[in-house]
This record gives sequence, structure tokens and C-alpha cells, in this order.
Amino acid sequence: MISEVENKYVIFKLKEEYYGIPIANVLSIERIEEITRVPNAPKYVMGVINLRGEVIPLVDLGMRLDIDAGDYNRDSRIIVTSVDDIIAGLVVDSSSEVLEIDKDSIDPPPDTNNGRCIEFLNGVGKIDNRLIILLNLPKVLEY
Amino acid sequence: MDLDLNQYMGIFVEDAREHLQDMNEALLALERDIDNIDIVNEIFRVAHTLKGMAGTMGFEDISNLTHEMENVLHGIRSNLIVLDEDTIDIIFESFDALDHAIDFIAANGREGEEDYKDLIDRLRSISFKTKPDSTHDELHDKLDSMDGYTLRILNEARIEGLSSYRLDIILDANCMLKAARAFIIFNALDDMGEIISSNPPVEDIEDEKFDLKFTIIFISQLNHSRIMDELNAISEIESISLEEICVEDILANIGELDDMTIDSGGMGKVSSRDDKESRTTDNRGIVGKTVRVDIDRLDNLMNLVSELIIIKTRMDELSQSSDTDKMGETIEYLERITTNIHDAVMKVRMVPIERVFNRFPRMVRDLSRELEKKIELQMTGKETEVDRTVIDEIGEPLIHIIRNSIDHGIEDPEERIKHGKSEKGNIGLNAYADGNHVIIEAIDDGRGLDSDRIKEEAIQKGIIDAQEAELLTREESISLLFTPGFSTANEVSGVSGRGVGLDVVKNKIESINGSIELDSQLYRGTKFTIRLPLTLAIIQALLVKLDDEIYAIPLGSITEIIRTTEEDIKNVYDQEVILYRGRTIPIIKLNRILGLDEGEEMEERVVVIARKGEKQAALLVDDLIGQQEIVIKPLGKYLSNIDYLSGATILGNGNISLILDVNSII
Repeated sequence: MISEVENKYVIFKLKEEYYGIPIANVLSIERIEEITRVPNAPKYVMGVINLRGEVIPLVDLGMRLDIDAGDYNRDSRIIVTSVDDIIAGLVVDSSSEVLEIDKDSIDPPPDTNNGRCIEFLNGVGKIDNRLIILLNLPKVLEY
Repeated sequence: MDLDLNQYMGIFVEDAREHLQDMNEALLALERDIDNIDIVNEIFRVAHTLKGMAGTMGFEDISNLTHEMENVLHGIRSNLIVLDEDTIDIIFESFDALDHAIDFIAANGREGEEDYKDLIDRLRSISFKTKPDSTHDELHDKLDSMDGYTLRILNEARIEGLSSYRLDIILDANCMLKAARAFIIFNALDDMGEIISSNPPVEDIEDEKFDLKFTIIFISQLNHSRIMDELNAISEIESISLEEICVEDILANIGELDDMTIDSGGMGKVSSRDDKESRTTDNRGIVGKTVRVDIDRLDNLMNLVSELIIIKTRMDELSQSSDTDKMGETIEYLERITTNIHDAVMKVRMVPIERVFNRFPRMVRDLSRELEKKIELQMTGKETEVDRTVIDEIGEPLIHIIRNSIDHGIEDPEERIKHGKSEKGNIGLNAYADGNHVIIEAIDDGRGLDSDRIKEEAIQKGIIDAQEAELLTREESISLLFTPGFSTANEVSGVSGRGVGLDVVKNKIESINGSIELDSQLYRGTKFTIRLPLTLAIIQALLVKLDDEIYAIPLGSITEIIRTTEEDIKNVYDQEVILYRGRTIPIIKLNRILGLDEGEEMEERVVVIARKGEKQAALLVDDLIGQQEIVIKPLGKYLSNIDYLSGATILGNGNISLILDVNSII
């Protein structure tokens, strides 16, 4: 069972790039609903939503990764993730598919630190000429 | 041993705690009524049950310890051991050890490393006059499963001219129905004589809780060969060994025995080793919280849910017609059911406050001994029910208060007599329901609080200055005790006053939306009154509008809502204040601290007067929406560090409203 899940990643798009997080950490994928702002929270915390009776915080992933705040539209999705006891929704431009990425085709994150937060990356997966950035989820959800 | 015992862990812990509580009560009762054999029996029964439970769960050390306790208790009830204070103390200590062991299991999901060797040795040393180096001889073997009670019967049998036998049976390994086979053997023996005892106990054998081997002690008129003939007729038995017991020898030798250990049957022991190992490898399974629920309450809940289903069908039908009258009626009905379900679920979560109170008799006993004071604890309203979450929170503060009463409140016997009081101090602990609250009172008839001394000390500690002190009323000076950094004890003692003051108690109680009051009369006594909400999950709140957001403020921390004009707001040293009932209280602009637009100056402002203990503050809000019952939802771990918020709630329209944490705002 576990090995089947191990290599599978939920792939989503953010600012023309593809990202992946392990499927084991993904609880569900939701559309964006009414968001309640949380005062005094870090600026990448968009607020909280009511997800079937649970209060789930939303993280603007673009802002968290220091890329750009997203502008959200009908395609935008919330990827509800859980790491340890932390549950949070990552807001992304769109979510596309689930892919299997072999361990062998994952390269370590590029060394050149061109200002972006390399610490959030676990590596880069290559699949059919596509590059998929694999996120270090515990780091993303840390603050 | 593939059986996953972890799923029973919660039940085990809960049950064990309950049994320990029974034991605790019985022990305290025994101390007062040392000759009461019924109480000894009760303690024995509990120890025995615990042993069985621990054995099944593979908690070997607990099982060993309870086993030794059992032996001592057995000795007591068969008059072989004299029950004195030392013995009671050792039993108490064993009880403590068990209590800790259970706590450890609850926290870690496995047994601790402690093997209680010391305690076991001491228990054994009272078990019988010992000779520690005596070896495991034949006689000892024979006695393996015998205790004082059995011996007495055997002795009586001997006097009546009956023979006593010890029968060791090993069943055939292929035996299909072990319990049934054993039953046949028991039946056969019953026909021939009388079974005195068996190891494992009959109940366990009936439940097939044994390997293949069991031992029976029985008395009979028949001779050895007759019995063997009868037994040999039963099939599926691997071996039978029948020995006549020479009771006189045993009685003569009893002083020589160090150990009456019953080999406590296969199951628990065999399994425990590998269980332990497997358990350390998997991630420490921390035992979850459980609540025991009266089946009636669950039935009630079930009924309500069925009604909910009925109403859903009715609404389905109604949605096709446009009968608004009927719709309104149905919604009313639905409302009634949801209220009832809410009540029912609340009741399911309720546990009697007994759970907290129960630890106090023992605590008072130990502390009064340690401090050489005479104290009587009286408790009422133990059955008062409170939400499980409240129960978990209230224990610590109460312990603190009672420790204080024992340590500082109640005087030494001599001092009490000097003041014309009875030698024995009294501490009362009362609980009762009061509307949506539960009141707990802790009363002592000790020396009370000296308001002048409190003032002096407060001045010394720089909490107030002499001028302020002059103005304080008696009540106000007594409440100084709740100020951080205040502790009345003249010297730090082991019992209380380890730097943690009543302010911590107060904070804890306020953090669960409760309140605490203190009343005291010098030389007469002290009374703490704690007021707690029945539940933490649902509270009354005031919904307010700030800019275009809606926030909830718990009603419990609101004193009053007033309207005021801009002119009433004054500036004192850069801090805006208003005059409220003759006191100036600081204004907190919620919009500002929550990062919202402050809007233009308005003629009239709505001000919510909120309080945190003695402190008050005026919270400026844009508008009021109304009072509502809200369900508190946690913000989750990710947002746990956000200032000024204590949670969130979901409004009727599905949107989230955040709950302001008045304690951190003020």
C-alpha cells in the first residue's frame, strides 16, 4: 500500500510553473469560497474558510514562496494539506493531475539561489520533459 | 500475539482509574475502621480485578504488584496478618505506584520501566514472617496456589476427617474446547467432593483464559485411587497428577515460607514480553480521552436523530409544494429537535465532578499527616455534572486552593484550641449547579486572612503604594492575593507556596471562562467560590461589527454595553480613557488592534465594557449585531499563535466569525 502512494504527487500550477506535493499529505482539493480575514496573521495567510464545519486556514502559496501574490479566479483551487497536526489549505492557480514520479528522476533543488526561497523546495522532478517543483511541505507550513 | 491491544487501551485506563478510585476510597475508609473485614474484601476484589486487567493487557509489572497486594490482603482477611498502620501505609504506597503506572500508560500507551521491586519486597515481608533465603522447595511448590483462606478450610476438613488433594491437570494440546473439558473435570470433582480453589480461578477457566494447565485444590472422602479412576475416564487429558495434601505439615511450616506466589496463569505473562517490544517500536500510542456514557442518554440521542431524519423527509416533500405555512411549522419543529440534540450531546459529554473531588481525601490525609494537623474533609455535590473538558482543567486550581487551605489556612491543633476551636480543622468542598454554571466552593475554618497583613505585604512587594492601600476596602485588599507575584506564606514550605500564587489559579479559571471569588474572615476561615461554565464548546456571545467584519465577544467577559459620545473620551498620558461608573477605564480601539479601517469620527460610539478579573477596558466597536449562542471551533495549530483570537465560530450563513480573546486584549 504505502509504496504505491509513495511516488505519487498532486500536481498543480502556480504562475506558469508546475509544483507537486506528496499525495499522502493532501486531504482534498476545494474551490475557493468565502474567506474570513484573520487579523495580525502573516501576510501570506489569506484567512480562514469553513470547510464542512471545520475552520481551515488558507495560505497564499505564491506569496509564501515569495513569487507573487496570486490573483484568483474561477480556476483557482485550494489544496487542503496536512503535515503532522497542522492542517492548512494552499491556494494555487489550478490543479491538474496526480503523477507518479520515480525517485531516480528527482534532482536535488538547484544550487543557484537567485533570490527565491530555495528552502521550500525538496527537489525537481522530471517527467516527459516537464519539470515539476517538489515542495518541502513542512517548511511551507512552518511559521 | 497478533491481537492489537492498543484499541482497548482507552478502556483499560478508564476502568483502571475507576477501580483505583474505589480502592482509594476503601483504603481511606479502612484507615478509619481498621477492623472492618468487608473493606478489606473490597480492596482485595479491586486488586484482583486490576491484576486480571493488567495481565490481559500484558502489563506485567502492574500485574505483579497487584498480585503481591492481593497476597497481603488475603493474609489480612484470613487473620494471618495483623493490619497495622505500617501495613496500611505500604498498601497506600502500592496504590500510589499503581496510580502512577496507570498515568504513565495513559500518557505513553505502554508500561513504564519501574518494576516495583522494592514495594514487592516490602509487601512480601509482611506477607509472612520471612526468611528471604529460603529456597523453592517441594512444600513451597505444594503451597503454590494456597493462601490462608484455603488453608483454614483444609484444616477444618482435616478435622472432619476428609482428605485434601491437589490436582494438576494438563489438557491435551489438541483439545478443542478447553473450557468445556475443564468443566467436565470440575463436574466430576464436584460429584466426588468439594472444590476449594483453582488456579487460574474458575471464572478464567470458564472463559478459556488458561493455557492447558490448571490446578485444583479440593477435599473429598474418597481415596486417591478412586479419584484417579474417575478422572482417567475423562478424555483429552494429557496428564493428571493427584497428590494428597498434608495440612498439618503445611501449618507447621507456614512460618518458613517467604512466598505464596501463585503463578498467575499463562496468558498475560507469556504475551507481555513481545507486546512490550512491539509497542516500543510503534509510535508511542497516546491514549485518547474517553467518556463513559449512560446508555439512556445515547438512546435519547438516537431517538432525536431519527426524528431529524423524519423531518428531512418532510422537508423534501415540502420543497415540492409551496406551502409556506407548513414550511414554517416544520422549521420550528426542526429547531426544537436541534436544541434537544444539542442538549443530549452536551449530556453525553458530562461527567460527575467526583472525578476531580476523588483525589482530595487522600491528598488531605497525606498533607495533614505531613504537617501534623488534624483535618476533616467534607465533600458534597460530588454527582454534579460538568463537561469533560472543564473537568480536565479544574483539577490543578482546586489542588492548589486546597493545599493552601491545609498549609496556611488550618492551624496547628494547639493553636486551634487556644482560639477556642475544635482541635480538628474542617475543609469543605461543595459543588452544585446554578443555571448554566457550576459552583464549586472550597471552605476552611482556619485562621482566615489578615487584610492588614496582606496590604503591608503588597506595599512591600511594590504591588500598591501606601496611599492606595489606605483606600482599599477589606474585599479589595483580600483580592490582592490574586495579583501576580503575591504569596502569603511566611516561608516557602514543601506543601504550597512554591512561587506559584493564586494569580495562576485565577488565570486558569478565567481561561475556561470561569470566575473565582475569595471571602475570608480573620480567625474564622476562608471561602473560595469558583464559578464555571457547564461547557466550553458552546457559549453565549455578542456579535459586533468592526468595519465590514463580524467578530464575536464572549458574553462572560462583558460587563455592560454603553453608548457614548466622542466628547466623553478623554486623553490621559496618550491613553484614551472614558469615565465609567466613576472609574476611568482605558479605551481599546478594536479596529486599530485588528488592523481595520477606523472610519470617520462618529457622534455616538458603541462601547463594550469588558473585564478580565478586576481589570476593565472599554472596547470600541462600530456596531452591535446581537447576542447569539455560538459553537466554538478551534483555529487549528497553524494559527495557534495569532494574537487576540481564541477561536472561530460558524455563523448561520456559513461564514466564519472570529472570537476575540478578551483576556489577551485587556
